Amino acid sequence: MVEQRPWLTAFAHAVLIAGILVIMFPLYVTFVASTRSLEDILSVPMPLLPGDRLWENYAQVLAAGTTKGVTAPVGRMMLNSLVMALAIAFGKIAISIAASFAIVYFRFPLRNFFFWMIFVTLMLPVEVRIIPTFKVVSDLGMINSYVGLTLPLIASATATFLFRQFFLTVPDELAEAARIDGAGPMRFFRDVVLPLSKTSIAALFVIQFIYGWNQYLWPLLITTDESMYTAVIGIKRMIVAGDALTEWNLVMATAMLALLPPAAVVLLMQRWFVKGLVETEK
Amino acid sequence: MEKRVVFRSTWLPYALVAPQIAVTIVFFFWPAVQAGWYSFQLQDAFGERTQFVGLANFAALLGDANYLHSFRITAVFSVLVAGTGIAISLLLAAMADRVIRGALAYRTLLIWPYAVAPAVAGVLWLFLFAPSVGIITFALRSIGVHWDWVLQGDQAMLLVVIAAAWKQISYNFLFFLAGLQSIPRPLIEAAAIDGAGPGRRFWTIVFPLLSPTAFFLLVVNIVYAFFDTFGVIDATTQGGPAGATQILVYKVYYDGVKGADLGGSSAQSVILMAIVIALTVVQFRYVERKVQY
Repeated sequence: MVEQRPWLTAFAHAVLIAGILVIMFPLYVTFVASTRSLEDILSVPMPLLPGDRLWENYAQVLAAGTTKGVTAPVGRMMLNSLVMALAIAFGKIAISIAASFAIVYFRFPLRNFFFWMIFVTLMLPVEVRIIPTFKVVSDLGMINSYVGLTLPLIASATATFLFRQFFLTVPDELAEAARIDGAGPMRFFRDVVLPLSKTSIAALFVIQFIYGWNQYLWPLLITTDESMYTAVIGIKRMIVAGDALTEWNLVMATAMLALLPPAAVVLLMQRWFVKGLVETEK
Repeated sequence: MEKRVVFRSTWLPYALVAPQIAVTIVFFFWPAVQAGWYSFQLQDAFGERTQFVGLANFAALLGDANYLHSFRITAVFSVLVAGTGIAISLLLAAMADRVIRGALAYRTLLIWPYAVAPAVAGVLWLFLFAPSVGIITFALRSIGVHWDWVLQGDQAMLLVVIAAAWKQISYNFLFFLAGLQSIPRPLIEAAAIDGAGPGRRFWTIVFPLLSPTAFFLLVVNIVYAFFDTFGVIDATTQGGPAGATQILVYKVYYDGVKGADLGGSSAQSVILMAIVIALTVVQFRYVERKVQY
């Protein structure tokens, strides 16, 4: 900073710490609730220190869900979420990098038309065209399947833009040299473009993994079979009407399990996460 | 911008764009066209007969007090979510820009809510504010506030606004922090030498330079509040009580899936698409201006 103002710096720390306390509070209470018995939580006010039921609660939901309501194991839901997140992340990256490579490195009829088609999908979020998309997927017989969960979500205008922007900054000399050396386009793609795109791919992976894991509306429509629920859907189904009947300790254990994987990805890949966020919005 | 050096092949570029285009046509264009088509039709209760009714669905919507109410609710909701989210994250980012010690730790602790699914964020706050067992409900009651969002629409709105804004703070924070760190230091130093204090410097130098970021975030936050908060609403209030938190996206889902009103829901979809297109145009206009800036 430009000048010494100890009181102002102290104030800044105080504001940040207060902000973090407010942001962390829901997570802390969730964690405490997930380590308690239902009786503890129902005895208002619930205790604010962790209890001793951590192992029982987590083992119960992972293996068998809740005792009422959802009886599907959360372990299975976590697996479904993981499959969905990975398939969406890799699917989006694969089809987008291929499409933008074609659009940047080739001249062909309809090139601009294709680019425009991909661009327009930005304007059609799934929330807006729920019913017709659901009809298409059910006509194709994809209800309650991984294909139905992931395929409709893997088209990505943002990823295509990101790769296109990046390819345009790759020096022309590289492609020229590759051509003089007799390398074909796919050889050039594999040996030059792909290694250069590594950090963009990592950044996109973080963003798209979170996007895939956190999907809500789509799996809500597509999964009617408990064994195909994702973790996020499972939580919602566990909350029964009238909050005294809900097994909050188990719901909160499931909530912890559902938010840990994406949070871990953000924290462990923080550098790529920040890069990915900033770049996908360009 | 175009490449000077390109490859030549008659079939390869088509093969490379084919997967992306196929998914786009089957899952984007085809449903969008169908939404447009359904929006001109009326279906009977069993879904067996349909009848072309022209613009009747749109006319019915615009004459429907519930739909106009939902528009107002959405406007209030998105202004509150964007406003609180942006104000709090600007404050935190301005403070984080000032501290040197522990900066990375602060950032790490502030960004993780981005990873929380909207529906899960809804459940976390639902638990805190639950009418019978919630810890905040208890605290409010002990200071004499009667809290029961299940019956009181304003409180339900407050609940979904808090949950939605809480999740979005980390996103805004990162963009504000990046914006603050890109402001040239000599500008601030020159102002300090001329005797401007931290508050004066913030409002006369930092804030104007940050306004493009703030405007960008405003658009992004409004889009977020319009569309991505479906999970927050569905996991907590489900549009209730009595439609007090029924935002437009939720109404599309509710009328289409629960109410089985295909024509009405599709007409709402078409109106929402028009809103998204308008917001996207605003966003891109802004991006172009930033490039020239």
